[in-house]
Amino acid sequence: MGLRNKHLLGIAELTVKEINQILDTAQSFKQVATRPIKKVPTLRGKTVINLFFEASTRTRASFELAEKRLSADTLNFAVSTSSVTKGESLVDTAKNLESMSPSIIVIRHGSSGAPHILADICKASVVNAGDGMHEHPTQALLDAFTVRTRKGSIAGLKVAIIGDLAHSRVARSGALIFSKLGANVIACGPPTLIPPDFARLGAAVSYHIDEAVSNADVVMMLRVQRERQQEAFFPSQREYFDLYGLTRARMRLAKPDAIVMHPGPMNRGVEIASEVADGPDSVILEQVSNGIAVRMSVLYLVAAAHASEDISQ
Amino acid sequence: MILIKNGTVVDPANQIHGKFDVLIDNGKIIRVGRALKAPRASVINAAQQIVAPGFIDMHVHLREPGREDVETVQSGTAAAAAGGFTAVMAMPNTQPVNDDATVTRFILDRARESGVVTVLPCGAITAGSQGEVLSEIGEMVKAGAVAISDDGRPVMNAQVMRRALEYSKIFDIPVVDHCEDQALAAAGVMNEGYHSTRLGLRGMSSAAEEVPVARDVILAKVTGARVHIAHVSTRGAIQSIREAKRNGISITAEATPHHFTLTDEAVSHYDTHTKMNPPLRSADDVAAVIEGLADGTIDCIASDHAPHTLEDKMLEYDQAPFGIIGLETAVSLALDRLVRSGCLSIVRLVELMSLAPARLLKLPSKGALSPGYDADITILDVRRTVKVDVRRFRSKGRNTPFNGWELRGAPVMTIVQGKVVWAAEAHDAGGLAGDGLPMVVDDSNMK
Repeated sequence: MGLRNKHLLGIAELTVKEINQILDTAQSFKQVATRPIKKVPTLRGKTVINLFFEASTRTRASFELAEKRLSADTLNFAVSTSSVTKGESLVDTAKNLESMSPSIIVIRHGSSGAPHILADICKASVVNAGDGMHEHPTQALLDAFTVRTRKGSIAGLKVAIIGDLAHSRVARSGALIFSKLGANVIACGPPTLIPPDFARLGAAVSYHIDEAVSNADVVMMLRVQRERQQEAFFPSQREYFDLYGLTRARMRLAKPDAIVMHPGPMNRGVEIASEVADGPDSVILEQVSNGIAVRMSVLYLVAAAHASEDISQ
Repeated sequence: MILIKNGTVVDPANQIHGKFDVLIDNGKIIRVGRALKAPRASVINAAQQIVAPGFIDMHVHLREPGREDVETVQSGTAAAAAGGFTAVMAMPNTQPVNDDATVTRFILDRARESGVVTVLPCGAITAGSQGEVLSEIGEMVKAGAVAISDDGRPVMNAQVMRRALEYSKIFDIPVVDHCEDQALAAAGVMNEGYHSTRLGLRGMSSAAEEVPVARDVILAKVTGARVHIAHVSTRGAIQSIREAKRNGISITAEATPHHFTLTDEAVSHYDTHTKMNPPLRSADDVAAVIEGLADGTIDCIASDHAPHTLEDKMLEYDQAPFGIIGLETAVSLALDRLVRSGCLSIVRLVELMSLAPARLLKLPSKGALSPGYDADITILDVRRTVKVDVRRFRSKGRNTPFNGWELRGAPVMTIVQGKVVWAAEAHDAGGLAGDGLPMVVDDSNMK
């Protein structure tokens, strides 16, 4: 049992068994949040470094809370990419951090593959908190956890992932995790925002939101950044909302008990109508609270994998 | 005087392929024949080896002037010699750009002072390679430039390209185009396809190469000038060139060893030694490159040797510069991947690496072993297995994805104008060389 690898770099590298183990472990950590004293001694004496090269409120706060509830000593480095001469400093930063002997480094970076550079250099476990357009594994895990909590199981569900698939790490990790867990994943967006061969990640592809939402159990919306309009991916936010925005009328096409998810931050009125975001089907805030339990589980399991690797050496 | 005995001579220009001896003197080929005798000559035993006219790499970045920390004329030409090349064409994207005769002359001066093999300067098409006004092409040709190119900063404006092609006809030189539509390339860092999707890296579409290739085919037809497509890498581009040739349009092309060896799957671990431009393509594109090399659509193999410092390459994938070195692996990759695999004959390989570039660049006495030609000779051992080891490279660059690869087939000796400039370790070089170090032998001392 346990994870085969001491790093969590992406969903692509995880087996179904490992994913389920992370979700099961998250289940027991979720109870911690209901106690008056929301703290367990699991990572006492271990140092966790949060290395954020990109602005992030929710993911960073979620990791930090997870670490504190596990009694780890935490250290935050917020590095604005602009103030750093890129790249070389990532290698140098990694070497410097390594000499502080952390147990775990959590990294968020704008370049795909940055956590892999860190994993090559550091003895610590590396947890990917989002790298470029590549993966955001803890987001996918908390999404799967939320769906599992709501629906009992994931196999056989229809999961629609809608929006800017090209630039989204959440879309990649989401398509991978839900297809691995046996859901029917349908990815939907304008053809300009669907990267080639996206289907090989395990998702059917559609250009029409009504087709994607029809009979869906889960509707996951992705953030669409305003800059994409300037890059000629679509003509206007108004037309985008008209063609791909999630409205109450469209939600009527989904199963009656369908849930609506969004990784945040939302662009209300661009990809999702406020009445849906705040409506009864929305589990968006539940995702946030589940994020803490799932990250506690990930931190605990990579630390355990790290420890067993040390013993076997 | 040197006599190369018992080798298998492969000289496509003279339709020679068989066991012959080669006699050279005063830097020139005297003759090729059976059982030649020359009592006063130093003898090189080339038994079980291939003796070919010197290989020419027409796409090399020597980085001098400007980035002597990365590569110099000395280190780059030493790498060329150790890779089996007797001449290299130096691309113009130096600092300053080789866009006027002063820079051309500087490069040739450096080559005279420190060059190990022949250096053929390539001038820029436009001033500063900015794509706007023509550089003084005539002055550069007079100074020794053999071709023009805005490699790495392709001429986007089709009218400027048309003018450059028309103007090049005065000198009958090839215009070498790095075909990349920069708007379509969209700041991509690898080939666009499943792997770019999976890895979350910005993709460069095949169309970004194929659109300008199609443009160049049309402009070659309109102008009648000589267009040479650098490092062609996609099936579509190769198909355009094939059709153009069938229609009698004056177009030629080269391909690199990495584009016939690796696919974009090699990017999987974000190793920046797999980042180059054009990028590694799909398996189908690799097959198309090999087909093109075999059927004559692609005229020559060129390395696109592009050294970078380790610090520059040790960046996040999307931040690292494009380019890998190739001089010291090109011949072994070609022998292992193309000849040993049965895709090409050894005769075709010698055409691709010697005769074709010599003709393309109109080098009057290179590319063949005809009497009176320069005694530029590459000796190969197709059975020799080498393990690529960057620590032993003569190049200052270490940026190759092939470190640690075992390849069968390798150069064993390089002779430039009658001088042994490099020999592999333990080679029976008749006492001319033998420690694997680049060395220059003055054969006048041996008479």
